[in-house]
Order: sequence, then C-alpha cells, then structure tokens
Amino acid sequence: MSVINTKEVLLTPIFNNNPIALQILGICSALAVTTGMQTSLVMTLAVIFVTAFANLFVSVIRNHIPGSIRIIVQMTIIASLVILVDQFLKAYAFDTSKQLSVFVGLIITNCIVMGRAEAFAMKNPPMASFIDGIGNGLGYGLILLVVAFFRELLGAGKLFGVVILPTVNNGGWYNPNGLMLLAPSAFFLIGLFIWALRTWKSDQVETEEHKMAPHTIASEAH
Amino acid sequence: MLRKILDSLTPHFEKGGKYEKLFPLFEAMDTLFYQPNSVTHTTSHVRDGIDLKRIMIVVWACAFPAMFFGMWNVGFQANTAIAGGLSAPTDWHSWFFIGHDPSSLLDNMIYGAAYFLPVYAVTFAAGVFWEVLFCIVRKHEVNEGFFVTSILYALIVPPTIPLWQVALGISFGVVIGKEVFGGTGKNFLNPALTGRAFLFFAYPAQISGDMVWTAVDGFSGATALSIASSGGVDALLQNGITWFDAFFGSIQGSMGETSTLAILLGGAVMLVMGVASWRIVAGTLLGMVATTLLFNAIGSDTNPMFALPWYWHFVLGGFAFGLIFMVTDPVSASMTHLGRWYYGALIGVMATLIRVINPAYPEGMMLAILFGNLFAPLIDYFVVQANIKRREARING
Repeated sequence: MSVINTKEVLLTPIFNNNPIALQILGICSALAVTTGMQTSLVMTLAVIFVTAFANLFVSVIRNHIPGSIRIIVQMTIIASLVILVDQFLKAYAFDTSKQLSVFVGLIITNCIVMGRAEAFAMKNPPMASFIDGIGNGLGYGLILLVVAFFRELLGAGKLFGVVILPTVNNGGWYNPNGLMLLAPSAFFLIGLFIWALRTWKSDQVETEEHKMAPHTIASEAH
Repeated sequence: MLRKILDSLTPHFEKGGKYEKLFPLFEAMDTLFYQPNSVTHTTSHVRDGIDLKRIMIVVWACAFPAMFFGMWNVGFQANTAIAGGLSAPTDWHSWFFIGHDPSSLLDNMIYGAAYFLPVYAVTFAAGVFWEVLFCIVRKHEVNEGFFVTSILYALIVPPTIPLWQVALGISFGVVIGKEVFGGTGKNFLNPALTGRAFLFFAYPAQISGDMVWTAVDGFSGATALSIASSGGVDALLQNGITWFDAFFGSIQGSMGETSTLAILLGGAVMLVMGVASWRIVAGTLLGMVATTLLFNAIGSDTNPMFALPWYWHFVLGGFAFGLIFMVTDPVSASMTHLGRWYYGALIGVMATLIRVINPAYPEGMMLAILFGNLFAPLIDYFVVQANIKRREARING
C-alpha cells in the first residue's frame, strides 16, 4: 500500500477534489440548509463529525466486514452516528435543530458520507480514513458556507442573523433579493463557484465529448 | 470609401496588431456595414442571402410596432390616471413631459418614451457590456443577437421598474442564460425571458401585483389578466374592457405586450419572411385553443378562469407577445419540423394550464416558454430517433 500523506488527505478534498464541486455529491442538502449562515455552520459541523467517525469505524472493522453485506454495515454505523448528532442538537441547540428539521436525519442519505466510507475507508487504515472524513466534511462545509454567505447577505441583508444591509421594509435602503431565499439560487451559486474554481484550477475541466467542426473559412472580402 | 477606411484599420486589430484584444469589437463594426468575409466551408450546405445578422435585425425591426404602441399606451394609461385626479410624478422623468392630455398622441408618446427609453438604454448598456466582455475574453464575435434580446427584454417589463433592477435582470439573462453556455447559438434558454424570470422571483413587488403597471404614483390597477382570473369575462366587461380594447391594447400590462394588433403586425412580417417558424406559432395556438376548450367543457364553480374562452386568452397578458417573439426564438426552440409542432403545443398547453389552474401566477406564458425551452432538445431527439427507426424499417422490410 502506498504511503499516505496526512496533509494531502486532509487538504485535497477542499479545493482539488471537492465533494460538491468536482464529485457533485451532497447537492440536495446544500440547496436546503444554506438560507442562513448559522444553519449552514451547524450542518457543516454535523457532517464533518459523521463523515470522520463513520470513516474511522468502517475502517477499523474493514477487514471483518463480509463483502456482500458491507453496505448494510456501513449504513448501520452512519445511522447510529446521525442519531447521536440529532439527539445532541435537540438537547443543546434546539432552535437550530428545529430549523434544520429533517435535514439532520437526512445526513444518512448524504452521498458524501456513504461515498467516502465505500471509496476510502474500506481500503485505508483508520487514522488516514478519519482525516479523509474531516477533509471531505471541510470541502462540503466550504461550499455550504460560501453559498450561505451570499444567500443570507443578498436575500435577507444579514449574516448569522446580524443585520449588515438594512432592508427597505425596516427603513433601510437595501431591497432584498427574494430569489436568494429560494432553493434554485443555491444551484446558480454552486454553478458560479464551480466556474470560478475551474478557472483557477483548470485541470478539473472535463474534456469535451464532442467537438464542432468550423463552419467557415476566411476568404477575400466581397 | 468606408470600406477603404475599415481595410486600412484592419492590420491594427489582427493578430500581432496594437489593438489585437479589441478585434471582436472591430469585427462587429465591420460586419454591421458589410458582409462577413468568411464563407460557408463544411457541414452546412444551404446558401442563402439571409444570415444570422440579417435575421436578428428583421426581428428587431418587427418589434417596433409593439414598441411604439407600448410607449403610447404607457403615456395613455398614465395621463388617463392623471386626468382622473392623481398628480403627475415629479422625479426626473417629469423633465421630459410636455402635457397630460390623454387624447393627445404626442403627449402620450413623450410620456411613454420618458419611461421606455431609459429602460431600453440601460438594458442595452448593461447587456452590451457583458457581451463584449465575454467576446474579448473568449475571443468570439459580438453579434446582433443582443439587439433582439435587449428590445424584447425592455418590452416585457413594467414601466415603473427601477433601472438598477433592469440592469441586474439583463445581466443575469445574458450571463447565466446565454454566455455560460457558449454564447449566441448555444443558449438553450431565451435570455430575455431568463432575465425577466430572475426579476420575477427576486423582486416580485416591482414586477407583479397591482401597483406597477401605470407610471403614476399611488395608482393601483390590476392587469386585465388578473381581473379575468378573479372574475372571468364578466369582471372584464364591468371594468370597461371589451375584447377590442384588449386586442387593440389600451389596457394595463408590461410595456410592449398589451397590443395584440401591433404584435401581429410585426409577426406577420416575420412569418411571411420565414424568420419565425409558422409551425411553432400554429402549434402553440393549437395547444392553447385545445386546452382552453377542454377547460370550458369541464367548467368550475369556484374558478372563473375555467370559463374564459380562447379568444380572450389570446389577447390578454403576454400570450401574443410570447407567441410571436419568444416561442419562435430559433436558438432555444426545436429544430425539426415535426418537433416544432410538439414544442409549440407543449407551450400552448402549459401556458393555459398555469393561467387557469395555478392561483399564484395569473400569467403563465413566461414560465411555459422557459419550460418549453428545456424540452426542445428532448423533443428533437425523439423526432430524429423516430425518423431513423422509420427509415431502418424501410431498409430491412
């Protein structure tokens, strides 16, 4: 087995192999919870916790899991962790937990958790898997926080619930953009983020499937 | 003479010249006056005097009747309200007003122009900024497509819309609706409608409701379509709106959409020249009429829109404008002849469905067309596949 560079495992998923921007996983929750910074932050922490520990535990018992039922075993571990997070939030952050509603429970179905357990933790030692889980959670959280920053700022004029741009309804000057409070705006923002990311790191651009032949050639003016 | 000047300037803009980066701009000026010096080489083999540039200019010119009528109508609606006792606006628009007599053609035109022209100018400036930016960065040509997008966009917003929203909407339409997919010819959504849809969801207070359609402060009046959705034809007639008012266009609405007559004038030219596909137009009409007749037959005790006949649907709201100028956009519509029928019918059906069934949106045309745009490539795919199957059967059979 190749030597695993901890720093690389931790940092690669943030920009070079981002779970949302490059692997296109976990979009659903990114659309749902990013109306505010606070919910996004809590969601990010929850996903980092679940991904990291799911990876750790799956990796610890990876050599004992029979191949034919490995998905069920992984799901059991992930589900237990998610219930733990859900109960914890209900006990210590009830308001946020209510705002996140079903989406905490739906971390179980977040493709990132399952994807990392299956793709990384089943083949790598526990510590590396744990770090990989944190890295992917951070990559996910980065997008969540960037999207939530724009959605909350432009849609409600606030950040973490603190008024930054006073809105017209409250006697200020800012006319809030209602589209930003609707889920489709997260699609546009994620798209723009991917655009920016691929302009910066152009090796992430896929090669084109089709190439158009040029229709015209230059000739003398007539 | 002009040719000589342009030719003498050419070396500066070609590769290695001083202004190499500005080549797209120079090229746009050149081909505005002369034919492009590139000729068809492969792939397509149809040769015709009319190219993309000429098509776009034709559509642009065909929107003029609706535009001039729109200016008159904005002035007419506002001056009527002022004659009814409201005070005229006192902001910068008022510098241009020359009178408030609703029966004077000139007074109305000037009043309307004071509202329409700034919107159009802002649309043009913001849109051209993005077009040119993308052309320079991506090194493709600026083309006349934006003439069409800009005028259509300016005609489908209400007269009172704030100018910064105009700029924001068209920026969204051009960048997200068109340029990110590769520019003119590769956009699968109509950029003008994309921009309007953005404003519609982002700032509903300034683009829908009862306060925005007449450019006088404090005037509240529903569009003919929302009157119809609350009370059917009876309510329209009670409000003094006859079918001919709606057909002629002296009703409230977005700046260019009210007059079915003016739209059809431009539309007739486009259809005769073959710029707009008659199959799409016929398909949309068929879809709308069929769905309306179905709803008429079903009937409803609570929703008066069920009983609205098709000839009212045709003249109310944005149906006619969308039918002539938006649905027929050659880039975002289906490309196959058979597909055009299906594409048109889909939009006609959807527009009526949204208008009649959905209480949240009295106007369904914008959303129906965007919906149709999404399905156009799929429809084409099935039409082509069906054709391949049919011909295969002929070979094998």
